[in-house]
Amino acid sequence: MRIVAVTSCPTGIAHTYMAAEALEQAAREKGHEIKVETQGAAGAEPLPAADVAAADAVVFAADVEVRNRERFAGKPLVQTSVKRAINDAAGVLAEVETAAERGAPAAGAPAGPVADAAPTLATKVDQQAGLGTRLRQWLMTGVSYMIPFVAAGGILIALAFLFGGPEVANKVDGGTFGGVEYPGVTDLSRLIVEAGWAGLLFKIGATAFALLVPILAGFIAYAMADRPGLVPGIVSGLLAVEIGAGFLGGLAGGLLAGAIVLAIKRVKVPRGVAGVMPVVVIPLVSTLVVGALMLVVIGQPIAALQEGLTNWLDGLSGTNAVVLGVLLGLMMAFDMGGPVNKVAYAFGLASLASGNLEIMAAVMAAGMTPPLGLALATVVRKQLFTPAERQAGEAAWLLGASFITEGAIPFAAGDPVRVIPSLMVGSAVTGALSMAFGATSRAPHGGIWVIGLVGRPLAYLVALLAGILVTAACVIVAKSVGRRAPAEAEPSAVPTGTAPAAG
Amino acid sequence: MADLITPDLVDLELTAADRHEATRRLAERLQAAGRVTDLDGFLGDVRAREAQMPTGIEGGIGIPHARSAHVTEPSLGFGRSPGGIDFGADDGPADLIFLIAAPEGGGAEHMNILASLARRLIHASFKEALRTAPDPDAVVNLVNKEVLGQ
Repeated sequence: MRIVAVTSCPTGIAHTYMAAEALEQAAREKGHEIKVETQGAAGAEPLPAADVAAADAVVFAADVEVRNRERFAGKPLVQTSVKRAINDAAGVLAEVETAAERGAPAAGAPAGPVADAAPTLATKVDQQAGLGTRLRQWLMTGVSYMIPFVAAGGILIALAFLFGGPEVANKVDGGTFGGVEYPGVTDLSRLIVEAGWAGLLFKIGATAFALLVPILAGFIAYAMADRPGLVPGIVSGLLAVEIGAGFLGGLAGGLLAGAIVLAIKRVKVPRGVAGVMPVVVIPLVSTLVVGALMLVVIGQPIAALQEGLTNWLDGLSGTNAVVLGVLLGLMMAFDMGGPVNKVAYAFGLASLASGNLEIMAAVMAAGMTPPLGLALATVVRKQLFTPAERQAGEAAWLLGASFITEGAIPFAAGDPVRVIPSLMVGSAVTGALSMAFGATSRAPHGGIWVIGLVGRPLAYLVALLAGILVTAACVIVAKSVGRRAPAEAEPSAVPTGTAPAAG
Repeated sequence: MADLITPDLVDLELTAADRHEATRRLAERLQAAGRVTDLDGFLGDVRAREAQMPTGIEGGIGIPHARSAHVTEPSLGFGRSPGGIDFGADDGPADLIFLIAAPEGGGAEHMNILASLARRLIHASFKEALRTAPDPDAVVNLVNKEVLGQ
């Protein structure tokens, strides 16, 4: 049986901890799992929301009011004094067993959802579920925290393009646009002077966007290993960005970080060391290990992969244009800003510089269909998506139209096996059609807003539309196959509104 | 940070008429060691805690304690009373008395030490070792080993 307990006494230096120890000892003897929150003078480390959610019963051994008791609403509860817990912990646990069997709800705690009271960041990972379900819940937790970053950053960037023209990206970051060489803004105090208010929007949006993968990785690790997972998770995400591993790298990094923290927690340490484990040892060791893995084990192969792909694409330059369009489309949609996508995009840029405008058009169109196709799918088949995904779908219209492929990441990260292949098919269609129609683009980014710089714009739009429809259809089919309606299965994806105790 | 307990805070032959006197005897040792600045003020704080609920625990344990402004550092006074002193536990008098003194504004580090001390008090082996400790030094070593892991 899983039990959570809170102990609390007036002074908070003696009985609180004695009761905790007595309950832990008795639980061990009876073969129960117990987590105790000591609300004493040493400061209370709140019980992880996941543990509360997974608990079969709750014990309050307290002579003063338990703080934040609404977290335990709906759980079978045994209330007793600290002294009784110390003197007769076995007896208290016997009562707990009875209460759990009866399923008596926590008296005095309000029933029903208690979203507002959730004291910690919410994840609702069902510890007893199978690995596949838990994996998906971990990913969805990360995604749910990432979505606001995608929306805020992506929309700011799109607005910057709208107001400042697509060259705003180059004004801020440097590079060539429409034959003009921009140095980029190095001194941020001159940002508005050199790039205007649109430049300001772009800079803020790009900064929010830069956090997308670190937040994803951090909160995947958080879902797995609670608070100690955050540091190695976020660091692994930052490193994934630096080594160019994209969101798939962040996904792997987050899972790795969570697993490492869980492994370290299993190591039995002497009592003297136990105190510094959560603050020093776990963050230090887990971050070091996951960081080294990211840089050495994952970073090197990715660099090699990119080099290989680039050479391969260069070698294909003379082949059938439609085949090239298919390949570029597949690559653009594979990892949305990751290493493969970057190779395809860089190939487009290089072609643009050498005067081949058709490849750039195919690359840009293929990068627009993933968010747009998903946005369409969330409208056509709402019930296949979680509430968080539907919100992401609303933002995805604007992001896709602005050639911000990252708008698709929330969907891809939460369900990569179904979503990514669907996106690839749609983008391949668009890439192939764009090449077949001979559409051209003189702009390296800007999406639909630079349609004025596109040659054969009508054909280009047809290619785009076809890809969007194919993407949406593929996603809907893939998500309908072999699985329950996620609207019921994953309410956990939403950061607000999850009630850790209402399990 | 100084040790939680030193040999001069240990009284292996504690005799007292009641728990208040027993507490005073141990508190005097804390005062002599400079750990308590105002004896009566500190005893008042301990008594206030004791009045909320007696601190005796089954198994012959009394734990008078307080967080007090008159305490300079986290301290443990230990008394062993062959005759036993009533600390209000249901099963009779206490023969192991722990006077726990915590400074009012004690930081988390202080409180963590006291917390791990309190946890050890539950363990039968710890109590047994204290009952058979031959001298104050043995008590001090035992506490340091069990609580601080030294």
